[in-house]
Amino acid sequence: MSRDVPPAVTDLAACRPQMRGNAFRGGSAGGPLHAAVERGQSRLVFLAAMFSLAFLVIAGRLVDVTLMAQPAEPRAVQTPPRAVETQRADIVDRNGTLLATSLPTPSLYANPKIVPDAAEAARRLAPILVGSTEAELRERLSEDRSFVWVRRQLTPRQQHDVIRLGIPGLEFQRDERRIYPQGRLVAHVVGFSGIDQTGLQGVEKTLDGDIRGATAPVQLSIDLRVQHVLHEELRRTIKEFSAIGGAGLILDAHTSEVLALVSLPDYDANFPGTANPETLFNRVTLGVYEMGSVFKVLTAAMALDSGKVNMASGYDASRPIQVSRFSISDYKGKNRWLSLPEIIKYSSNIGAAKMALDIGIPAQRAFLDKLGFLKAPHLELPELGAPLVPNPWREINAMTIAFGHGISVTPLHVVAAEAAMVNGGIMRRPTLLKRDPAHNPGGVRVIKQRTSDDIRRLMRLVVTDGSGKKANVPGYLVGGKTGSAEKAAGRAYRRKALLSSFVGAFPMNDPQYVMLVMIDEPHGTEQSQGYATGGWVAAPVFGRVVERIAPILGVLPIDEESPQIRRDLIVQASAPGRSPNAPR
Amino acid sequence: MTTIPRTDTSLFGQWWWTVDRWTVFALAAIIGIGALMLLAASPPVAERIGLEPLHFVKRQMLLLPLAIGVIFFVSLQPPRIVRRLALAVFCVSVIMLALTFVMGAEIKGARRWISLPGMSIQPSEFVKPTFAVLTAWLLAQGKASARFPGGLVSVTLFAVIVAMLLKQPDLGMAVIVGAVWFVQVFLAGLPIILVAILAVLGMAGLFGAYMLLPHVTSRINRFLDPAAGDSYQIDRSIEAFANGGLFGRGPGEGTIKNWLPDAHSDFVFAVAGEELGLIACLVIVLLFAVVVVRSVLRVTSEQSLFVILAAAGLATQLGLQAIVNMASSLHLMPTKGMTLPFVSYGGSSMLALAVGTGMLLALTRRRFGGIEP
Repeated sequence: MSRDVPPAVTDLAACRPQMRGNAFRGGSAGGPLHAAVERGQSRLVFLAAMFSLAFLVIAGRLVDVTLMAQPAEPRAVQTPPRAVETQRADIVDRNGTLLATSLPTPSLYANPKIVPDAAEAARRLAPILVGSTEAELRERLSEDRSFVWVRRQLTPRQQHDVIRLGIPGLEFQRDERRIYPQGRLVAHVVGFSGIDQTGLQGVEKTLDGDIRGATAPVQLSIDLRVQHVLHEELRRTIKEFSAIGGAGLILDAHTSEVLALVSLPDYDANFPGTANPETLFNRVTLGVYEMGSVFKVLTAAMALDSGKVNMASGYDASRPIQVSRFSISDYKGKNRWLSLPEIIKYSSNIGAAKMALDIGIPAQRAFLDKLGFLKAPHLELPELGAPLVPNPWREINAMTIAFGHGISVTPLHVVAAEAAMVNGGIMRRPTLLKRDPAHNPGGVRVIKQRTSDDIRRLMRLVVTDGSGKKANVPGYLVGGKTGSAEKAAGRAYRRKALLSSFVGAFPMNDPQYVMLVMIDEPHGTEQSQGYATGGWVAAPVFGRVVERIAPILGVLPIDEESPQIRRDLIVQASAPGRSPNAPR
Repeated sequence: MTTIPRTDTSLFGQWWWTVDRWTVFALAAIIGIGALMLLAASPPVAERIGLEPLHFVKRQMLLLPLAIGVIFFVSLQPPRIVRRLALAVFCVSVIMLALTFVMGAEIKGARRWISLPGMSIQPSEFVKPTFAVLTAWLLAQGKASARFPGGLVSVTLFAVIVAMLLKQPDLGMAVIVGAVWFVQVFLAGLPIILVAILAVLGMAGLFGAYMLLPHVTSRINRFLDPAAGDSYQIDRSIEAFANGGLFGRGPGEGTIKNWLPDAHSDFVFAVAGEELGLIACLVIVLLFAVVVVRSVLRVTSEQSLFVILAAAGLATQLGLQAIVNMASSLHLMPTKGMTLPFVSYGGSSMLALAVGTGMLLALTRRRFGGIEP
């Protein structure tokens, strides 16, 4: 212990007689105060040592934290968000975007026998449970039972407020709420489920077994981006032409996976209560329509595939056909012989009818049966419409069916068949479930590869030279067929009520996607020069949708003028000589 | 230094040659670093709570000269005046402490502040150093005179003060006052057995606080298990040190201060860690160690029990406060709202520290020939 300062001897005060103890003064040697000072001094050293130690620990920790402990630092462990256990699995699109999910929500019930003052409870609950009146609540809380639902599926805020009321007899039960983040966008595909977690509409109903109790999401073939484009363009067109509705369907030409399915008007799946039969109706799969001229492509395929007719064949379309009291004529007819490509290009009813008769009634029936047109279509939806097929199948039926009248099928039928027409001739069952790309989807051959090649040329011809010019998109080789069917009204047809459609595919040198757009009862506008036909109403939508989805789907633009493409799609579409195949 | 001749008998000359110059240098360095850190750390905090960016800087810079003046003035005083000064300030602050229960402004659930025109005062900050000096006098007087019940008065006073602090509630302050008092009775020669009993009682008191005060429970639980609750501040703090590395990002270049709610007060050390780096932080620790350990060792050659106890008490208070603040920032102990002396923002804290440090400097001056009565 350092004692470099000698005891205070020079201090005068120290020499004064010690009348009383003085806290300021050092004790005289050997006295009790002196002992206390000495003990204090030694304990001071201990104190200094403790402080030194503490500062050393801090310095050590500083070094530890700054330089060494970076990886080993016990950080708050980021626990991964616990998967919420729900009764229904999520539904996602082909890219994993959420289409439907379940959220746990509290439901409020009451035991009226415990609730002390029903009137008071109702008065305080009413402002929280917006939508229920005080009188309703009072009545429910006064019931002579021990369990009444007060309100299902509260928001967290509402639950908080109810808890804060502190009314005895009000209890919560864990409930679930199905959420459809895309609202109305995929309503006709996904459908909705009821309050008891059972599927009531759409995929929610058909795949209920896979969804209920499962945890792995159900992945659909829908591409939400494509669905959005189709939905938006159809809505715009319906508004523009003051139509009553519309439908659209996009299929992968090779796998028949449904990429987009739109039926308008539609409803918000989150509020199925606001839907009505009109908005719930699925025009793509449930509605059956006389599709009109789009059928002519099928007639041509049947004829070409039979081998009796080739691309150079021709038919006399100079006069309307009279069959008993019916008359079949052409819209803007050429009134001359037409080659097969011309029949498609000018959409000749007379030519198509004669072609069908050439092939024969049983062959036509068998062909349409092969395409699935005589039965309800296949898709993972509960809403599937059975076609209206003529019985008996007479000559007049064969002739009208050739141009799409006298048989009512769903748009889904048409698009599924169209995929087979352009993909090389293989018919596959359409699906709403994403297929494994590695898995061969199988399928049935319905036409020859050669016939399919011809059909591709014919469909391209309609867009380059025929009624479908407005569907063209530079670089994407759009091909298709317009349709403007007059809607049947009772026993007659209404000339002014059209079902304007366009069925096609792109790119026609190697079709990847098949699409149908259909507008129900469009009204001509100034811009369409008063026309409401498929070529003026549906073809432009088709073009706009292709223009927007092709980049999304990774379809590359093609140089249409390249020799290879020209050779691939060339068609001799001039007026024929008198064909040996022609009747009469 | 050599410009002041030893023969200079002016007030300053005498002060210069008797005061502990190492401690003075260390304090000056701490105050300088504090000013720098305040410039760096407080603008983001001020902006976040809607004040102009330099709000805290301006206020502190107004107080700083005053604080330096107080330190110098108090350090000039002889021990007897120090004692009288402590008694006077203590009485005023205890009265104001009592007033907080009547007219205190409630901030974050505690009544600790008295609002005066122009500034708010936290009386408990002034109680801390002055009570240490008073305790030293009571204990020393008790030893010197058998008739004077110094120990008893001291225990009574201590109980009253701690009760008032707990009532506010201000557990941190009560713990510091308790620790300083404990160190003082220990130095005054309390038998080891009693020291042990007191230590156990203190532990029991802390455990009681843990069991009975919910916010203390939560703080300690979060310290023991960081994953259990919100450890946002301490995570950011540790991140700041790691981010700073050896040499720091440079003054004003830190980013984590933008996310640290109490960057200018409780977590100013973390800002220093990020901007000035490890070496500067070690220097800061060293500076505090110099002030505390040197002051304690210096009074070992002191013959007056009062000076020993008072100086040790003041040094303990300063040191504990620095250690608690730095240890909290480094996640060595649960976060406790305690300022880093002269570095953190805080008007009351700064002035009270100035009084305390001034008294410490005054008591550790060399007094050749003992003390004038």
